[in-house]
Amino acid sequence: MEIFETVFVRNSLIVAFAVVGVTIWLSYFVADKLTNGRIHGSAIAIALGLLAAYFGGRATGGSTGVADITLLGGIGLMGGGMMRDFAIVATAFGVKLGELKKAGMAGVVSIFAGVIVSFIVGAVVAVMYGYTDPVAITTIGAGAVTYIVGPVTGSALGASSDVIALSVAAGLIKSILVMIGTPMIAKTIGLDNPRSAMVFGGLMGTTSGVAAGLAATDPKLVPYGAMTATFYTGVGCLLGPSILFFIVSALV
Amino acid sequence: MIVYGVALLSACLILGMLIGEVLGIALDVQANVGGVGIAMLFLVLASNSAKFKSLVDGVSGAGIQFWSAMYIPIVVAMAARQNVVAAFEGGMLAVVAGVAAVVVSFALVPVISKIGASTSVESEQEEIV
Repeated sequence: MEIFETVFVRNSLIVAFAVVGVTIWLSYFVADKLTNGRIHGSAIAIALGLLAAYFGGRATGGSTGVADITLLGGIGLMGGGMMRDFAIVATAFGVKLGELKKAGMAGVVSIFAGVIVSFIVGAVVAVMYGYTDPVAITTIGAGAVTYIVGPVTGSALGASSDVIALSVAAGLIKSILVMIGTPMIAKTIGLDNPRSAMVFGGLMGTTSGVAAGLAATDPKLVPYGAMTATFYTGVGCLLGPSILFFIVSALV
Repeated sequence: MIVYGVALLSACLILGMLIGEVLGIALDVQANVGGVGIAMLFLVLASNSAKFKSLVDGVSGAGIQFWSAMYIPIVVAMAARQNVVAAFEGGMLAVVAGVAAVVVSFALVPVISKIGASTSVESEQEEIV
């Protein structure tokens, strides 16, 4: 057993490649045989990943899902921000500049609309649940933007730690739902071309959610959605503790 | 050389991230503003330019394509390291806020997609008429 641990820990990233490879093989097998291809293999793989993350978190009490299990620590590196961003940028290879220009305006509008709409929704829910303090309402609203904007806004405004935790949870729920829900809703909202993918990325904003959601829908759309999504968190951090907080303070 | 493509990809990411950090500081925001998006723009520009042809064609290009193809496996690993437990420990408020934000945003996708596209659609319709 000790030999296992030594080898697995010393080669953690390689173990991650193997484990993820087997997971994807299994997912595509299930997608093909059990759902007749109706559900995309990568959608199943992502769902399996989230499920594993839940059990990993329950078992270890850590905050990085399966990566907190000693033998699977490499998943943390493989699925971390560095590798994710590297692979996202690589998907831009072969993208036509013209496509980006054509949807540029809609993309920019979608980023601001996305941040403001998600904020309003989150803030309204906070008020419905009885919050009256503008700092708490703003922080929870910012959490509905993304799980990064929530704590950034909250700490800038001096929100209490339980409100910040709440904002992170709201952002995580959003991210997970975008991962799972996007392939199901894609047809209904016309998510099948570069333009709508850019708008989608700008409206949703959660880089992880958009990255996984589009991967499970149509990998060709990934670069367009990711491009706008990566500006969203910055815009959210810009608007949250400033304009949006002032508006909430004036209204409450 | 396959590493030329990988190096170009790396250079794009680093450069984009640096600009994103500078933008963040300039805007007084505690976040990287669009670093990945800017890096993607660099890669698109490089892969469409004649100057970088030797870094993106043939075997060098395969170095970039490999990482592009590794995208889905990396996303699966990313899903497996999310803090799913914390998401559900936030209680009903967090669930309602998260779900509502997603539903409203989904609904806006077809609306905002029309921006800029409507003019071309209208002119096509006029031609038909």
